Amino acid sequence: MSTAAFQLRSKIRAVTDHAVTGLAILATILVILPLAVIFAELVYKGASSLDWNFFTKIPAPEGETGGGMANAIVGSAVLLGLASLIGVPIGIGSGVYLAEFGRGTKFANAVRFTADVLNGVPSIVMGLAAYALIVAPHISFLPFLGHFSAFSGGIALGIMMIPTVCRSTEEMLLMVPHVVREAALGLGVPNWRSVLSITVKTASPGIITGCMLAFARVAGETAPLLFTALGNQFWSTSLNEPIAALPLQIYIYANSPYEDQHRMAWAGALVLIVLIVLAVSLVRYVTSRGVLKGAS
Amino acid sequence: MDASVPEIRISQPQLQPEPEPSPTGHGAPTGAAQEPSAIRTFLLSRGNSAFADGVFHALMVLCALSIFVIVALIAYQLVDKSQLSWAQLGIKFFYTAVKDPVTGQPRYWDPVNGNFSALPFVYGTLVSSFLALLLAVPLAVGVAIFLTEMCPGFLRAPLAFLTELLAAIPSIIYGLWALFVLVPLLRHYVNPVLVKGLGWTGLFDDTNPTGLGFFASAVILAIMILPIISSLTREVMTAVPYSQREAVLALGATRWEMIRMGVLRNARIGIVGAIILGLGRALGETMAVLMVIGNTPEIHKSLLATGTSMASVIANEFAEAINDLHRSALVEIGLALFVVTIIVNAIAQLLVWAVTRGTPSQAH
Repeated sequence: MSTAAFQLRSKIRAVTDHAVTGLAILATILVILPLAVIFAELVYKGASSLDWNFFTKIPAPEGETGGGMANAIVGSAVLLGLASLIGVPIGIGSGVYLAEFGRGTKFANAVRFTADVLNGVPSIVMGLAAYALIVAPHISFLPFLGHFSAFSGGIALGIMMIPTVCRSTEEMLLMVPHVVREAALGLGVPNWRSVLSITVKTASPGIITGCMLAFARVAGETAPLLFTALGNQFWSTSLNEPIAALPLQIYIYANSPYEDQHRMAWAGALVLIVLIVLAVSLVRYVTSRGVLKGAS
Repeated sequence: MDASVPEIRISQPQLQPEPEPSPTGHGAPTGAAQEPSAIRTFLLSRGNSAFADGVFHALMVLCALSIFVIVALIAYQLVDKSQLSWAQLGIKFFYTAVKDPVTGQPRYWDPVNGNFSALPFVYGTLVSSFLALLLAVPLAVGVAIFLTEMCPGFLRAPLAFLTELLAAIPSIIYGLWALFVLVPLLRHYVNPVLVKGLGWTGLFDDTNPTGLGFFASAVILAIMILPIISSLTREVMTAVPYSQREAVLALGATRWEMIRMGVLRNARIGIVGAIILGLGRALGETMAVLMVIGNTPEIHKSLLATGTSMASVIANEFAEAINDLHRSALVEIGLALFVVTIIVNAIAQLLVWAVTRGTPSQAH
């Protein structure tokens, strides 16, 4: 190859290299941009509509201004509480099984795979299933069946929490060194006690992180609540009644023709995102400090 | 235990057979003391833990089993509740439509008059999801390349955090933002340019002035699936051993050539897995699409036209279904969505596992 052609070639290679670097930087900027725009918009439109009434009043009737989302905020808290009651114990239990009892067995692999499948089920399908399981059937001696209710919404959200909690619990428990378990068993501690008080306790910051992530994920879910919790413009007095939720209320307001309700939707979105970002940042802070620094 | 046992042990400690094999029996010899030590008394008083261990083990197995039960129940309910639709409409409901005898136009979805065809929903889901992939994949791979190979160390963690934050935003907020910010933006600035520049392809026409439609939902879907594709791509790229990069660099490659030959080629299976996982997310996404796709059960060639998708029609109509067949048909669409996302996710998981197996998984 002549020198000139060689030089041209290496110039082209160098230019391509720079071009790709530029494109990668451009891609990163393009990805960060919507995030910045969404947050700016949320703060700009949401903060101007946030006031004390937002947290203390229930929604105003159609067409009237004012009102708030107090019932939706409380409703979301109730739904998430119910969801955590279902999702966290089952998730942690199955995670403990995967890490402590079933390592390497076929059954454990099947459970792991099923959890991943459950994680991928679209949230609207989860809503349909919860409707079919809890809202549709009428059985006289089970009063919580047969109607739209906070129960059904909580169960739908709880099921969605399980795979995240399960897999992160397993991952955290796998990081606990064997020496710790052996030390406990060597002292004559029974296995169940060793798992609960030694292994799970050592991994607990990581497990809490997983639970928070699952919590943050379902906090913003709307689709599973559409035909389970249904939404409510007033205070719910029982878990057997339809209940309001923040994401549902945002959806209703976003589709309304009134400018005032659009403002409320933005305010609700701001409150929701602040809660979620707080949870995620907390998780980030805990994990960046090294969950198991002392142990591993 | 007899008080005489310790005396015998002093003379021949090694030859004494252990009295019981349970963990509580492994206590240290009490030495010359006549009385068993406090620790030993305590351990002996606790008895056998086999029962408690068994119960605990059973409980954990029960939790693990419940995951199976839940997935089985979901599948059963979807099949059971769509019986009516299977019997009356069958599988061909997804790909055929009855032709109107007068106009010759296909009649897709008109529950009031008993016309059910899921064709526009399948079409809308596929068009918006694949268009979203087309937009998201180059960006996501670009971000992953930047973050793993080029980014200065101090920027890596914050940028990775920001892209993951994009995944934490709920879809209702994406929908809200898309409806009030993105759609007007597309309507005023982007769509006219697309019509002018690419109108000749027939894929972009200006019959729909609202800005809602396939293109708007594809853009919002692309933003939503970006973080999952880029974080998984990053994961498989980090799993490529450093020796590969060093070998290519040692041959005199530029950085891009190193990335192309040393990293992307080795990670390509995992990247395909990440893309498929993103597709799975896009197929099932409900709220954001529901808010911007327009919700008209029609099929248009133009990407700027309004349409609807499988997930959004369920969300939109299920609570107000007019009769059992309508409800059942919607459940059948849900069942199809369920089966498709399971297949898509399973393929994606297998591909990602094939690459990252053996390396510790990164933080998600």
